[in-house]
Amino acid sequence: MQIYICVKHVPDSAAHITILDKNRIEENVNFLLNPYDEHAITESIKIKDKYPGSEVIAVCLGKQDAEKTLRSAMAMGADRSILIASDALHDSIATARILKAAIEQDGNPGLIFTGKESIDSEGMQTQFRIGALFDFPVATNVVRLDIEADAVIVDTQMSGGIANTYEMTLPCVIGAGRGLNTPGYPTFPDVVKSKKKPVKKIALTDLLVETAHSSTNIIALEPLTQTRTPEEITGNAKEIALKIVNILKEEAKVI
Amino acid sequence: MMKNVGVIIELDNGRVKESNWGMITLARQKNTKLFAFVINAAPGKLKPALELFGITNIVDICFAKDWENNPAKNPAVWAKVLINVIKEYHIDAVFGLSTAMGKDLMPRMAALIEAPLIMDCFSVDLENNLAKTSQYSGKTIATIKLTGDVLLFGVRPNCVEPVEAQVSSEILKFEGTHIHSKGLKVIKAGDTDKSSKINLAEADVIVAGGRGMKNAENFTLLFLCAQKLKAALGASRVAVDSGWVPYSMQVGQTGEKVSPIVYIACGISGSVQHFAGMKTSGMVIAVNMDENAAIMSTCDYYAVADALKIIPELTKLL
Repeated sequence: MQIYICVKHVPDSAAHITILDKNRIEENVNFLLNPYDEHAITESIKIKDKYPGSEVIAVCLGKQDAEKTLRSAMAMGADRSILIASDALHDSIATARILKAAIEQDGNPGLIFTGKESIDSEGMQTQFRIGALFDFPVATNVVRLDIEADAVIVDTQMSGGIANTYEMTLPCVIGAGRGLNTPGYPTFPDVVKSKKKPVKKIALTDLLVETAHSSTNIIALEPLTQTRTPEEITGNAKEIALKIVNILKEEAKVI
Repeated sequence: MMKNVGVIIELDNGRVKESNWGMITLARQKNTKLFAFVINAAPGKLKPALELFGITNIVDICFAKDWENNPAKNPAVWAKVLINVIKEYHIDAVFGLSTAMGKDLMPRMAALIEAPLIMDCFSVDLENNLAKTSQYSGKTIATIKLTGDVLLFGVRPNCVEPVEAQVSSEILKFEGTHIHSKGLKVIKAGDTDKSSKINLAEADVIVAGGRGMKNAENFTLLFLCAQKLKAALGASRVAVDSGWVPYSMQVGQTGEKVSPIVYIACGISGSVQHFAGMKTSGMVIAVNMDENAAIMSTCDYYAVADALKIIPELTKLL
């Protein structure tokens, strides 16, 4: 079975974000593999261990520098990868079309993984769009996965610790959630090995993807400024507790 | 031109969840006609409340009982039925809550008709087709232009103050017959109707604990306090990774994103990643032993104190 993992090259969540021209970020910050995608890779490797002969392929739409993220994916165990190089920002509608074309051109997906969302655009939807384009079933925020001959059983995390259990036919699309597994850090030999694994580079224009009639475009980006002015609550434990109660009552009006 | 705007009503035990009212208020804009999409409920009971918030058309979506595979709980079936409703009533824009349910439903709908969708938005301008949402771990606010025949908005719970606007409404019956979901079956749907636990994403008050709570047992102190406050219990990643509380309680970048009226952070240092999940809270109260913790300079009230001593005192007073 061929397992495709759609990965994204995103700014480190701890990076300081500077906005340029009021509509894009200064990209001179540390970029890395989207954290949720690590769970997708880890799960793919587990499936490959269960079904020897499977192939795990990481796919990324991003700038040339995204090769770094693909190397990370391969250090974590992906066999090879595909980079669709593009400097432009693509919305989830276009991204899904492009990823679908790249996967279709490359092989025959038995499973497609994504992270449940990317930590930069936080759109939460590309997995569903890929599923719809392929006409594959989709589950997102998957925290448990059992694979059988022609179906998968997944638990998806709902609110308050509640899970839904779905059965999906194969092929299908899985949006990996954080509870799915614990990604391991690659060892030094893994990293060395990943440097020798192949990265297939495709030009976006070669995929001949038609432009969708719908889109989402970022027209302005501004920093979220903190406007809070902290005020200290002093006293002993009892006095502090009493002051908090007063704030909750008088100011916040929640009790 | 008049726009037909649909709102997907999220129910809890047959009642309209509180967070719907703010969402409806956001959807009610100049030149809009509001359609409430009510799935598998008794719309007659909900009618007076929906009318109070400006809903003129209630679309009562019911499923035939003889369907296989529990379609009533199948998000793939719901998405298809809702797309039919959108077509039937010439809906221009759809609002839903960006809750766990919304996150499993709205992207399915958007994908089926390749419509633009912004999840977790807190501001929508239907005249110019713009939505605002946070990006880059909550460090920026993006204004996004949507282009398409039907626009979808997943609204962050609690982001808009509910405002009433009394109208009268009619109920339109919509039979969602003969729709199946190819490939996805519901084996077990977690009983989201049991409201014994207060939902983190929709709570008015959240009491959250971090490293300063020291162990799992101490979270009981927070739980007792939260119970008195009718608050939800949250946690930082440290508390989750230490195994003190389950992941479902995590607030932050890789956990739940919340906007309660009050967020009480106990023994939480306030990492960038934690802030990403709670910075849109109304009021932040921090209790921490370390006066240099990041949270102390980015909150509204702070006490340099041991949360393990303050919380029991607070619980006594409630």
